[in-house]
Amino acid sequence: MTTQTATQKSLVVKVEGVTKVYGVGETAVHALRGVSLEIEQGEFVAIMGASGSGKSTLMNILGCLDIPTQGDYWIRNLNVAELDEEQLSVVRSQLIGFVFQSFNLIPRTTAANNVELPLAYQGISLHKRRERAREALASVGLADRGGHEPHELSGGQQQRVAIARALVTKPAMLLADEPTGALDTQSTKEILELLHEINRSGATVIVITHEEEVARAARRMIRLRDGYVVEDVKWVA
Amino acid sequence: MGGLGLREVWRFAWRGITANRMRSSLTVLGVLIGVSSVIVLTAVGTGSAVSVQQSIQKLGTNSITVSALGGGRFSRSANSNAKQLTISDATALNDPVKAPDVKSAAPVLQANGVSCTYGNLSSSPQSVIGTWPSYFEAANSPVSAGTYWTSDDVVAGRPVVVIGTTVASDLFGTDSPLNQVIRCHGQSVTVVGVMKTKGTTGFQDGDSIVIAPITFIQRSMSGYGSISSIQVEANSATTTTAAMDEVTAIMDAQHKIKAGGSADYRVLNQASILASSNQSGHTLTVLLGIVAAISLLVGGIGITNIMLVSVTERTREIGIRKAIGAPKIAILSQFLIEAMLLSLLGGLSGVLLGVGISHFTILGVKPVVSLSSVLLAFIVSALIGLIFGGWPANRAASLRPIEALRYE
Repeated sequence: MTTQTATQKSLVVKVEGVTKVYGVGETAVHALRGVSLEIEQGEFVAIMGASGSGKSTLMNILGCLDIPTQGDYWIRNLNVAELDEEQLSVVRSQLIGFVFQSFNLIPRTTAANNVELPLAYQGISLHKRRERAREALASVGLADRGGHEPHELSGGQQQRVAIARALVTKPAMLLADEPTGALDTQSTKEILELLHEINRSGATVIVITHEEEVARAARRMIRLRDGYVVEDVKWVA
Repeated sequence: MGGLGLREVWRFAWRGITANRMRSSLTVLGVLIGVSSVIVLTAVGTGSAVSVQQSIQKLGTNSITVSALGGGRFSRSANSNAKQLTISDATALNDPVKAPDVKSAAPVLQANGVSCTYGNLSSSPQSVIGTWPSYFEAANSPVSAGTYWTSDDVVAGRPVVVIGTTVASDLFGTDSPLNQVIRCHGQSVTVVGVMKTKGTTGFQDGDSIVIAPITFIQRSMSGYGSISSIQVEANSATTTTAAMDEVTAIMDAQHKIKAGGSADYRVLNQASILASSNQSGHTLTVLLGIVAAISLLVGGIGITNIMLVSVTERTREIGIRKAIGAPKIAILSQFLIEAMLLSLLGGLSGVLLGVGISHFTILGVKPVVSLSSVLLAFIVSALIGLIFGGWPANRAASLRPIEALRYE
């Protein structure tokens, strides 16, 4: 991982004046109208907002899945606008861990192989990969489920496999998009507990959600409305 | 940068293929049919060309045939000015001074509609000919049993014959026909020899033949008119062309044809027949090859189709892979290898099937598999995977992760 320089302190994310416009002319949709924010190493941030507030767009930009129309985005000390597609895939591979609402595990592929996959794309040897995948699965409490395919696991278990897959590369930040949106109350509690634990061990966690309960689990809340940041509060857990 | 092991990509590709076995095997089947038909059809083409060549070669490459234009004895009306061939033409060609490259020339008189009997068995030879003893050498027709009749027999017009193996088995079965007396066209004739087996060319059975002294045929069957053709033998294969020129010069003199005038006879050499049959054999092979290539192309389109379906079906999976850091090259090679595996599986099994089928006789032709057609079919099948799989693979690799993830 990139080393921190003194001037950049421990910033993981720096977003400055980012706008995102879909389409052109009269049908253009302004998803983000100028968002600026900084997230430091080790923070647990919830990005909140109703649907249409631009939170999913912000999440896609933070995850390097989409590029801003205007404005700058630095992840660690890398200006994302200057990266080509090849380099973006390296950023996604090394610095970002994704967790999706619909789990997005690869079907017909065992939990262990799903967790291994990001390491495979990093070119890490089979032996090391197996070991790290096993560790990651153990850390989410699924040490004995490595041989199961996604359809053999419950929703909560699938999401934990997805979290293990996101963590296995030891990314700069964990980016979770409505991670509990498809789960029951009990599983939601477990997943939030797990995210807490991950954050306590030093990882930066960013959760996109529209649920107050999920946001309360974090230690900082950024609220978006109509493409603007309207609230940014921190509290001590 | 994207240092994904090749083995990894192969594993992903293999999983993609095995995930939908039925679809994959049908795609493989398309290529299999294409590849095996290329191999079998070109083998049949080559095989038929080879068999025609072999039967022509049996006739002898240094033999020259002189025949009358205008259709021979029974169609004089076709060319009223045309002179028929005569025995004196044949005699003139046996001239060591004017025709030093001609070893021998023998008149051939064909008797039509003759059948032969022995006891209550009968045979209808495709040709009954009268000639001179030199015919046997000129037509490359040695005997396998007994001997052939001599010049003495010609002079005396003796009723002696050499028969082909088909006639021999028709009349005598497995018994020896030597020195037996058979009846042909109401005449009693003695069998003195049996020709070596020559084989069949199309409908022409080279062994359904009776050969007698020309004087005997003239006296008992056809009368003393013109002859059907003259069988000339050159000294060697290399002097055949020179011999043909000499034959033409003598025949022009015999038939009083002025320089530049059109001849009323034709001089044909086996080598020229061989060349033209090579040509037609080649045409046949190419034609069959094209038919087969089309089916290979259809197999290729099948691969494109299935890969496009596969890419569409797995759009979301591609999105996930990209989101967790798969570089473009990894997605591209995964789908390319998948297409290549399909086409190579088809190619390999197609080669096995094609070579297997070519061991059987097809439509009376013994196929001859050429290594080049096997290699070509195999390489083309691999290329098909690359080319026809390339487009869908590139489409998959170029998908934007954000759109691929949203795809339902």
